[in-house]
Amino acid sequence: MGAELISIFIVAIFIENVVLSQVLGLCPFIGVSSKIDSAVGMGLAVTFVLLMASVVTWSVQNFILVPLQLEYLQTISFILIIAALVQFVEMVVKKTAPALYQSLGVFLPLITTNCAVLGISLINIKKGYNLIEATVNAGGAGLGFFFALLIMAGIRERLDISELPETMKGAPIAFVTAGLLATAFMGFSGLV
Amino acid sequence: MNPLQQLTKGFWKDNPIFVIGLGLCPALAVSSSLTNAIGMGIAATFVLIGSNMMIALLRNLIPAKIRIPVYIVIIATFVTIIDKLIAAYSPALSASLGIFIPLIVVNCIILGRAEAFASKNTVLDSLLDAIGMGVGFTIALCFIAFFRELLGEGKLFGHAIPLFKADPALIMIMAPGGFIVFGLLIALKRLMAGKGEN
Repeated sequence: MGAELISIFIVAIFIENVVLSQVLGLCPFIGVSSKIDSAVGMGLAVTFVLLMASVVTWSVQNFILVPLQLEYLQTISFILIIAALVQFVEMVVKKTAPALYQSLGVFLPLITTNCAVLGISLINIKKGYNLIEATVNAGGAGLGFFFALLIMAGIRERLDISELPETMKGAPIAFVTAGLLATAFMGFSGLV
Repeated sequence: MNPLQQLTKGFWKDNPIFVIGLGLCPALAVSSSLTNAIGMGIAATFVLIGSNMMIALLRNLIPAKIRIPVYIVIIATFVTIIDKLIAAYSPALSASLGIFIPLIVVNCIILGRAEAFASKNTVLDSLLDAIGMGVGFTIALCFIAFFRELLGEGKLFGHAIPLFKADPALIMIMAPGGFIVFGLLIALKRLMAGKGEN
């Protein structure tokens, strides 16, 4: 059991990295990766929401939708849960930890439309994980997102001061860099 | 803007993917083959037409404060419909697109057009806008998929192409290939538009 959980965790971080291998959550990956500070904020916020969303959507799916045979409402209910959850987290953080809110504040509303959150929630159901496995998978995916964003931000801060052809500046070079980074991450596939 | 311009602006000039930079996740995730690209394009266009028309129809009834949740519910409804339709009539496509069909809900193109266009324009204009953006999205997906399938598998629509068949670069149909092809294509689009960043 323990070994299985560790393997799910490692696979979620490195081998099936949410951004570089599953291609989810690209908008914040490209949009918020130009500075290391904001990359850290976004990475933490996404990890936190992913964990909470996975627990809640898993419970709703298995305790409400399946017993009542309402599985066709999965998409609608999941996206509403995530939107409500993000709003709720924003309010709680604002009241209890103003300093954290200052640093995360701007990123929180954006997370509703981060497809990594809905994507991981759906994958948890699809793979038939139990609640603990789903939580571990979400934690791993969140950390994977965090690492990918951090590495990318580091590279892009360096790219800013290099001489590039005019047409490659900004988005094009960011994507080519992401491609090379994803190639490097493929090297982890023999790990588990 | 006349109706024809309304319809065609999304095809190339204001292409949602290459120019506006919306909806990137599906663009890279399902563009490993032309068949997937067209399937995804049709599904997203259907949702776009449905949600744009519905929102334009209800634009005076939706209270401004809760408009975003209302838009999301409308979009999610159409996504559920297309999800079940594809699963019933084309199980193979449903299996290969996987979670990317329900993920159309969070495709920023659809919410973006609802907020930026359908909430302020008539039903007919919104329909034309939806078709234009949907076709533009499909064109962009096919464009990426053309290079990835040709270079990565030596095939087009699953048919082998003589010159490329021998030794395909498998990496092109995997995630890294998607990033690299997409990056080079935006650069190409910029070069053709004759300008650099901004």
